[in-house]
Amino acid sequence: MKHQLNGVTKAVVLVFLLFLLIPMTGWSKEAVPVAEDPEVEKRMLTLTENLRCLVCQNETIADSRADFSNDIRREIREQIKANKTDPEIIQFLVDRYGDFVLYNPPMKATTILLWFGPAALLVFGLVSLIMYLRRRRVQIEEVSLSQAQLEKAEALLNEDKKGKNV
Amino acid sequence: MMRYLIPLFAFLVLAAFLLVGLTLNPRQVPSPLIDKPAPKFQLSQLQEPDKIMSSDDNLGKVWMLNVWASWCVACRDEHPLLVQLAKTGIVPIYGLNYKDERNTAMQWLKRYGDPYTISIVDSDGKVGIDYGVYGVPETYVIDKKGIIRHKQIGPVTVDSLEKTIIPLIKELQQQA
Repeated sequence: MKHQLNGVTKAVVLVFLLFLLIPMTGWSKEAVPVAEDPEVEKRMLTLTENLRCLVCQNETIADSRADFSNDIRREIREQIKANKTDPEIIQFLVDRYGDFVLYNPPMKATTILLWFGPAALLVFGLVSLIMYLRRRRVQIEEVSLSQAQLEKAEALLNEDKKGKNV
Repeated sequence: MMRYLIPLFAFLVLAAFLLVGLTLNPRQVPSPLIDKPAPKFQLSQLQEPDKIMSSDDNLGKVWMLNVWASWCVACRDEHPLLVQLAKTGIVPIYGLNYKDERNTAMQWLKRYGDPYTISIVDSDGKVGIDYGVYGVPETYVIDKKGIIRHKQIGPVTVDSLEKTIIPLIKELQQQA
């Protein structure tokens, strides 16, 4: 009997303790929605995939967790909601951060080397290779041996064979 | 003889390019805002939140805009220099308190000294984006017509002040 009563008291105390936890729910917050508007988010992502984070220079703004990228993403979302076109948004960022934010740099006098440098190097390499190979073909001329030289070589080779057999 | 010199020559050219590359700082991205009008702003002042400061208030004088924050470690490095510069009275320094808490920012100024004629609050970093800020501290030199003439990315140093910033400011002050 005493044992059972103990069990009931235990349960009551436990329930009471659980009630004490109720105010804890006040601490929790509503989960921040990852994307308020999937359409806006999609456009923002396609835009930022081609933009460089200036803080972590090898990451796109879409990938980067840097504060800077957060701000830019927020800015782009706002501009999309304000019905700005993609070129307008890109121009907004280029005006402030320069062509460096673009992973696809525009063709300009300053970027000619960037655009055509690798191709120029390839052409240069190919031309030098061809020139080298041509010159080498001239250098390697087949020299024909005279009859006497051939016989001498034969004799030497045979001598070698004999030596090995012994 | 010549054919042995060609690879050597090619190597020297490559080495020279790499050597120059080593001295460049990849974090210093040239700002497209140089020689362009400074973006306009109207922001609440740090010490007196009710008062608004506008970028147009400074038309007619050469001034420096220093972007700082109490959470920014490098700002602490350059701060004594700014305090010194402010004391010389060569140029008024305005502070853009970037993405910071008002109270922490004011405590920070109390602790390290306040070189700023006025500090303005850019709590959400919007004006920062307009100015192309991507790493505090950054410092802009703005001329009498409100045109950005120089941008220092990262902390100002004795060297950058003496060799670039102060001569530039003196030159700009001579202009009408």
